[in-house]
Amino acid sequence: MDHFPTNWGNPRSEDVDNYNTYPVASHIAKVPHSVTQIAGYGHTSGHPTSHTQQPVVTGTSVLGIKYKGGVMMSADNLASYGSLARFRDVERLHQVADFTVIGASGDISDFQYVKHLLDSQMIKEYNADDGHTLATPNIYEYLWRVMYNRRSKMNPLWNTFVLGGVHKGEKFLGAIDLKGTPYQSPSIATGFGSHLAQPILRKEIEMRGGEENISEEDAVQILKKCMKVLFYRDARSMNKFQLAKITDEGVTISEPMSVETEWAFAEKIRGYGA
Amino acid sequence: MFSTYPGQVVVDHPISVPIEHRFDPYVDNGGTLLSIAGEDFCVVAADTRQSEGYSINSRYVPKSVKLSDKTVISMGGCYADCLTLTKRIQQSMEWYQHAHGKTMSTAAVAQMLSIMLYQKRFFPFYSWCILGGLDEEGKGAVYTYDPVGSYERETCRCAGSASALIQPFLDNQINFKNQETQKHTQSLEKVLRITKDSFTSATERDIYTGDYLEIFVITSKGVEVQKMDLKKD
Repeated sequence: MDHFPTNWGNPRSEDVDNYNTYPVASHIAKVPHSVTQIAGYGHTSGHPTSHTQQPVVTGTSVLGIKYKGGVMMSADNLASYGSLARFRDVERLHQVADFTVIGASGDISDFQYVKHLLDSQMIKEYNADDGHTLATPNIYEYLWRVMYNRRSKMNPLWNTFVLGGVHKGEKFLGAIDLKGTPYQSPSIATGFGSHLAQPILRKEIEMRGGEENISEEDAVQILKKCMKVLFYRDARSMNKFQLAKITDEGVTISEPMSVETEWAFAEKIRGYGA
Repeated sequence: MFSTYPGQVVVDHPISVPIEHRFDPYVDNGGTLLSIAGEDFCVVAADTRQSEGYSINSRYVPKSVKLSDKTVISMGGCYADCLTLTKRIQQSMEWYQHAHGKTMSTAAVAQMLSIMLYQKRFFPFYSWCILGGLDEEGKGAVYTYDPVGSYERETCRCAGSASALIQPFLDNQINFKNQETQKHTQSLEKVLRITKDSFTSATERDIYTGDYLEIFVITSKGVEVQKMDLKKD
């Protein structure tokens, strides 16, 4: 489909391939009959190989907090196409092993690829049949190496992942970004969340004197409070999200839920609200 | 009109130049580290804050790693690169241990690190390394590096975001520069005092330094770790 009005009414040119319908690189030599079939390019698009430079369909913040019983994470169900709220039932929290959840912000197609990689890795581990399953720190290390190696090839997976889980009584919560930077913390928030939600998460932990003093109900209230703030202030968010809970009993990812919001004040605003 | 310099072309019409947007693989995660060599000990200290721009990623991400009972390495700059480099060093040290039946000496690790850094000369590890430990004679040793492997053994060095604040203080207090005091090696107690004061002062003025301070003390008895609080603002 040709989106460019200047091309309408004219014969389509074989020399221009805006949507990469030919393979980028090809070693197969063909009888040349057009400009793209010059030596070295074969049946290619004629463009040099290019790498991902910007994400397309994206998810916004992912939050994570350690609490007394384990780790809790939250992410909304929206995948945006720029400013369009394109897909409104996307699950950005995904269970990996028995005690691990990965949350993704950033490009959703790259997240789907990573989910595939993790599934393959889990199958390989299962086939090894040695009594061991991958624990959260192991999956974290694997994911970090994948992200770091992709960035070192200048072709990053455009995501910031949050990994939460429990292993042998130890709680684990860490993040890895598109440049391969790993870090662990009692509270994690990606994207807009790092500016709007992280201060709330850190204050709640400090006020209660540490993650051991946060009950499950507390953790749910804290995350809901953060999701409310994000819905009010992040223009690429949605009031429909899921909570994931990981304890030594296993993983539970909740059904989609929403928070109460107040918009009545909007009727009284004139102009820009000054 | 405008003065021109050789090679400059002046035209009287607007010109357009393509703008290139490229993915930047590097990021500065901030933080400060230092190492001071004593007569029979070595101190390696680093803060634990990991930053990205004006945000704090985490308040506790250690920058120093114990490589052996005699050697500790500390790295600042791009944390992803630093961690990868640390793992490569640890893996090489393990190969060495199996091949030669002994632990790599501090001097050997020092040379190896320089070679490893230069091997990535055309896509460098963005890491400012300081290697601290005991040499084969049991004396304190500090090796300093630039991101592409240039290295030198020194008495004391600091690196990272607040290096410009701390290094002059160290020059004056450890090497007695611009003082009439007789040069002498400081005791461990004095060195630890100087280290702690350096970090508390740097924390006041450098936004990337703070949260916690981890100090590794290497002596003939092994490696001992101390952790203390720094201001979190």
